[in-house]
Amino acid sequence: MTDNELIWRIAGGSGDGIDSTSQNFAKALMRSGLHVFTHRHYPSRIRGGHTYVEVRAKDEDVQSRGDGYNFLLALGDSFARNPQDEAYYGKEELKPLYENFDDLREGGVLLYDEGLLDEEDVEEIELEEAAEENGWHVVPMDLRGIAKEHGREIMRNTAGIGATAAILDIGTEEFEELIRQNMSGDMQEANLNVLQDAYEAASELDIDHDIEVPEGSHDEEQVILSGSNAISYGALDEGCRFISGYPMTPWTDVFTIMSQHLPEFGGISEQVEDEIAAAALALGASHTGVKAMSGSSGGGFALMSEPLGLAEMTETPIVLVEAMRAGPSTGMPTKPEQADLEHVLYTSQGDSARVVFAPANIRECYTQTRAAFRIAYEYQIPAIVIYDQKIQGELRNLPASHFDEEPNADPGSVLTEEEIQDAAHHASGKFQRFLHEPEDGSNVSPRSVPGQKDGRYLATGNEHTPEGHISEDPNNRIAQMERRLGKLDDIRADLDENASHQAYYGPDEADYGILVWGSQQDTAFEAVDRLNENGHSVKALGVSDMAPYPVEEVSEWLDSVDQALVVEMNATAQFRGLTQKEIGKYGDKLSSLLKYNGNPFEPAEIVDGFESSINGEELAATNMKYLPAAGD
Amino acid sequence: MSAFSAIGDDREIDRDEFTPGIEPQATWCPGCGDFGVLKALKQAMPEVGKNPDEVALFTGIGCSGKLNSYFNSYGFHTIHGRSLPVARAAKLANPELEVIAAGGDGDGYGIGGNHTIHTARENHDMTYIVFNNEIFGLTKGQTSPTSPKGHKSKTQPHGSAKSPIRPLSQQLNAGATYIARTAAVNPNQAKEIIAEAIEHDGFAHIDFLTQCPTWNKDAKHYVPYTDVQQSDEFDFDVSDRKEAAEMMRKTEERLYEGEVLTGRMYVEDERPSYGQEKRAIGEMPEEPLAERYFDEDAEWERTYDNLLEHHK
Ligand SMILES: Cc1ncc(C[n+]2csc(CCOP(=O)(O)OP(=O)(O)O)c2C)c(N)n1
Ligand code: SF4
Repeated sequence: MTDNELIWRIAGGSGDGIDSTSQNFAKALMRSGLHVFTHRHYPSRIRGGHTYVEVRAKDEDVQSRGDGYNFLLALGDSFARNPQDEAYYGKEELKPLYENFDDLREGGVLLYDEGLLDEEDVEEIELEEAAEENGWHVVPMDLRGIAKEHGREIMRNTAGIGATAAILDIGTEEFEELIRQNMSGDMQEANLNVLQDAYEAASELDIDHDIEVPEGSHDEEQVILSGSNAISYGALDEGCRFISGYPMTPWTDVFTIMSQHLPEFGGISEQVEDEIAAAALALGASHTGVKAMSGSSGGGFALMSEPLGLAEMTETPIVLVEAMRAGPSTGMPTKPEQADLEHVLYTSQGDSARVVFAPANIRECYTQTRAAFRIAYEYQIPAIVIYDQKIQGELRNLPASHFDEEPNADPGSVLTEEEIQDAAHHASGKFQRFLHEPEDGSNVSPRSVPGQKDGRYLATGNEHTPEGHISEDPNNRIAQMERRLGKLDDIRADLDENASHQAYYGPDEADYGILVWGSQQDTAFEAVDRLNENGHSVKALGVSDMAPYPVEEVSEWLDSVDQALVVEMNATAQFRGLTQKEIGKYGDKLSSLLKYNGNPFEPAEIVDGFESSINGEELAATNMKYLPAAGD
Repeated sequence: MSAFSAIGDDREIDRDEFTPGIEPQATWCPGCGDFGVLKALKQAMPEVGKNPDEVALFTGIGCSGKLNSYFNSYGFHTIHGRSLPVARAAKLANPELEVIAAGGDGDGYGIGGNHTIHTARENHDMTYIVFNNEIFGLTKGQTSPTSPKGHKSKTQPHGSAKSPIRPLSQQLNAGATYIARTAAVNPNQAKEIIAEAIEHDGFAHIDFLTQCPTWNKDAKHYVPYTDVQQSDEFDFDVSDRKEAAEMMRKTEERLYEGEVLTGRMYVEDERPSYGQEKRAIGEMPEEPLAERYFDEDAEWERTYDNLLEHHK
């Protein structure tokens, strides 16, 4: 376990302000020069229940949530009480305290709000015994009392931050600054007082512990944001000005962010009656010449399957976001899983031509959303950005300069009116929108948009002739199919030339490989570091292009290792299946480490899984599954 | 110069401009009511002064969905029941386009029923023509949402136990601001109604009775019909919701008793269209969004300058 790091967990009921408090905590640490990463855990419940957020801070790039944590701030669930201060649900109120015992590291600090929790109840959960056994430093404080004294009870959060700052000896300067920035008037003053009071009260307690908060210093200005922010900003930078959607967790995040910002950028956002309509509207906007996006999560994306096929057949560019959560069906709405890969690759009828990118982290959420737009509009093809509830919810810092790229509003292969005059027209006057063999030798036949003079054509989901007339002529069918599918080769070549989305990690030469995709990538990279420290010889490859698949890149990499373990968050090894299908060999080289209990991998689990796989041992942990190589 | 110079061009329009080089006989059966819609639509275009390049026609699937194969304009033949959401976005993206949507009764009242209600509710400025032949044509004669109760088909051999949908009343309740019924056998009235619907600033719904001699074995031709505006029997105020509702009730009941009533059923001029509403609250730009992509002087801000501040 890595020393010299802080993993601070704040726990309470949903609605207790856990999210905003943790965001501020992370931001303050970032401003003080540290690298930060947050991990959210929340139940499918709006108020009450048990929810927590972890903030991990180090003096170097943080790749994952880490294993366990070393500081707990347990606020208690305020929604478990009735207004007369009597507990509603027995021990429910205490959940944020005792539900978090499992992962608190030895020697960790446990700060809880004794102002909210009854002493007798706390005795009953045998906190003292557990603390003794694990060497925890238990700090009960009346956070609620301090908050009430200077402001309102809800400011327990601020009191918790003040006390945390004292116990960790990190000062309150950055927190004060944030309070000044985010609040004004009485609220600001009350919060500042609560912060100071709690800080002083905790300083007097003189608690000794061994958590060392590292000192860090960035050499560049940093920003802290979520995967959904990064996807939204990528879309905006690519000139996306139209979004249509229907809420579904976790896709709602991107939809909300875009809806809030589009009007200020002169764009349009539409919340519509269902996901079929959502995708259909995006198609309509794109057909008319506007860069458009829609998206959903599993069930909602299922409804988009028909409009998705229509986009392919009519060669209408469109970007769809698929934010995965655990399925099938409604599944586990607030839990991440990587089990919709086959769904996005294969849904909709017919031989399909679509692009699928799976960004692995917040950095890639931005760059690959931009790539998705560029490819979609240049090649007139639907592009899907698939990510999951984990990346959606976590915050991570990165240099602000990462976003300092020129915008690209180019709507791709749309002709101007003058160009339309020179382009091919059918005898009926229709513009030849779907040429069998475009003049530049590419597979992209340029398009017109409604309202342009002499650009009339018919876009139809039926197979069609160059001007869009419905046709079942066999030769026309072959020509159109080949052109549409041929774009995938062009796109692969384009990506190979302009931007490899694959991430190589670890030494150049190694005996073993870990192959990973999406949100589990950076956790696997951290595991690779530890494995190599433990004397193994391991490298990793994170693949982001799901379609068209980077066959050559992955084959070469697989050639260079003896065995590879494919790490993914689903039960049926979907990415391994895709890799074998695309590459056509290596069935004997690829084994799988799978997890599908609703929680992402921790680095230590990948380390354990890897070690037992190469030692030929059974996995000790029951929350994961090992699937051996199947042979060619 | 505008990127869309076809829009607003006020030259004389000839209806033949809307005839492409391919013949509807290719898919429509002899005697099909769909010919009547096509004819009326083509005739309405010179009347409203629209040229083929400024009209965008969105259709669904079915015999009716083939309409834009035979109508020379920008066209989008979408998927079953989904013409409206595609059309809506086109209108928002470029409000200067003349947007028309069309489809069958299965398309608009069955599979796409939800979109029909919501488009009316939002009062998008567009015209929607439903080819109501009381049957599924293209899939060979199954019962549709407007088939009469007791209607026998291969999928409902014992006769349908369902009462037909009442599209006029439904659309009035949903919020459409122009509602009319016309019939293929009455090309003049049809043409006038289509022209009015196009000129109406808001969602115009036309329930267009079209006979399907192939599958609707009773071979309903919707004659004789009565134009309610021409008949003394039906004196009502088309702008009065209550009177319109009563007229629609009569119209919908009597259709199944063999009396065909047609004409304007409701016209509401006051309510702003959805685009106007959206602009008023600052959710839609003044200039057509689609124009921006052709404007070399348009400013495309980096999010870096605008949004990243609060992440620092
Ligand atoms: C999702 C989907 N379901 C079913 C069909 C098959 N289908 C094609 S047309 C049609 C019925 C069309 O009936 P209607 O809308 O009344 O149009 P008409 O053919 O009578 O003009 C059906 C069920 C389809 N194309 N797509
Ligand atoms: S099947 Fe009916 S609706 Fe279809 S073309 Fe023939 S007559 Fe017209």
